[in-house]
Amino acid sequence: MKPNSVAIVGAAETTELGKIPNLSQIQLHADAALNALKDVGLKPSDIDGVATAGEIPTNVAYYLGITPKWVDGTSVGGCSFMLHVRHAAAAINAGLCETVLITHGESGRSRVGVSNTWPRGSSTLPGQFEMPFGVAGPPTMFTIPVLRYMKEYGLTHEQLAMVSVVQREWAAKNPRASFKEPITVDDVLNSKMIAYPFRKLQCCLVTDGGGALILTSAERAKDLPQKPVYINGTGESVETPLISQMEDFTTSKAFRVSGQQAFKESGITHGDVDHLMIYDAFAHLPIYGLEDLGFCDRGGAGEYIANRNTAPGGALPLNTNGGGLSYMHSGMYGMYALQESVRQLRGTAAAQVKDAKVSIAHGVGGMFAASGTIIMSNEKI
Amino acid sequence: MAEFKKQVPRPTPETQHFWDGTKKQQLLLQQCDQCQHTYFPPRPFCPKCASTEVTITQASGKATLYSYVINHRPLPGFDNPHSIAVVELEEGPRMMSNIVGCPQTPEALVLDMALDVTFEALTDDINLAQFQPAEA
Ligand SMILES: [Zn+2]
Repeated sequence: MKPNSVAIVGAAETTELGKIPNLSQIQLHADAALNALKDVGLKPSDIDGVATAGEIPTNVAYYLGITPKWVDGTSVGGCSFMLHVRHAAAAINAGLCETVLITHGESGRSRVGVSNTWPRGSSTLPGQFEMPFGVAGPPTMFTIPVLRYMKEYGLTHEQLAMVSVVQREWAAKNPRASFKEPITVDDVLNSKMIAYPFRKLQCCLVTDGGGALILTSAERAKDLPQKPVYINGTGESVETPLISQMEDFTTSKAFRVSGQQAFKESGITHGDVDHLMIYDAFAHLPIYGLEDLGFCDRGGAGEYIANRNTAPGGALPLNTNGGGLSYMHSGMYGMYALQESVRQLRGTAAAQVKDAKVSIAHGVGGMFAASGTIIMSNEKI
Repeated sequence: MAEFKKQVPRPTPETQHFWDGTKKQQLLLQQCDQCQHTYFPPRPFCPKCASTEVTITQASGKATLYSYVINHRPLPGFDNPHSIAVVELEEGPRMMSNIVGCPQTPEALVLDMALDVTFEALTDDINLAQFQPAEA
């Protein structure tokens, strides 16, 4: 896509986050979409492109009364929304549509109006070659690579625990965060063992919620009320649905390909970045993300976080909403990372980074299976 | 999370030979006739060069422990806690497995330790390839 040619002009989360047993999954999409439309002062009839994951675009378009001429149902897990932003920008550039609505809604905790997606079919590759060994979901799958990383680079249990500690500090500043009470390294290392070496406070929440984004051309954005958040660079990739078949357990190929593409498109350098969101389903994700995006040398991210570089007051504010570990995690968290980047660039975040101009939202899909990266700015850079 | 029961693999035409192999206590891989790449999981072409000229080969059953977790949450069909591991076969490919025949503790499960394959009968037709610490 052409940098700065497309902007996020509307953005909102569901009215509530957390436990929302009174709304079905499709209504969570709608609640977020209606909030985003209100944010930008548009009506469903102004939307001519729809992208979503979790539900197919047909369901969302029909439910909201939208007749799109462009749809994208890319569904590669929690980073799908980063890919939707990328695809929407390209579609708007190409003249396929003018104004795109991207929605997410997930009744992750209450499970209202949801079709079960786990376990996986017993004749699929994961069903034959991973599930039989007791891979019972993300806590016993996403976590498998980290012992190899710890051995290769000497990452300590204490450093890994610091990821949760620092993110809780950010969450404490955020009234909408699920968990705000301060925690210590000892608290993390004494919390319930889930799947060694991961304890409860190193695993994401399971909540209900949703979010929506509205994108249009930078040209049209001038006439809309919100401060535009320009799309500067985008990337995407996939590696494998089988965690056992990742090329290297200490680095994600999808992260590297996606991140490098986004930096290349945008032309920015790491020093230009004021704010960073890295999808943190589990505590090791920010470590892999910092290294695979090129912010830290190989093996250096654990120490970088433990030395408070990503904490409030640090050089590189990371996961400033509290992240999937403390803010919320419905299952496909990428949307909330994008929402926090938009808030930071509009200057409306609960834990606002002063004068933030450039933000990156980096997402993971599946268990290191897919990735999407979006570089945004509130100025044309 | 949906309720989870121990899942029995259902072979497809492309993977049937692998499951026929485990039933006979053999761990079968595939090797490309063109580029000699040995790979897993099964498919009727080489994932490196796309050649369809591939030969089924029998692995030695020797492996090392690449990485793992120890699951502490109760799971039907498993003792609690239990390891979920990725092993690296002598021939190169990695595969998911469980490490059996030793305590399920970080002290007993040491990365890069030598392992030997063993087979667990899941049903009359399906054996799972498991690994245990190699005989010294
Ligand atoms: Zn080949």
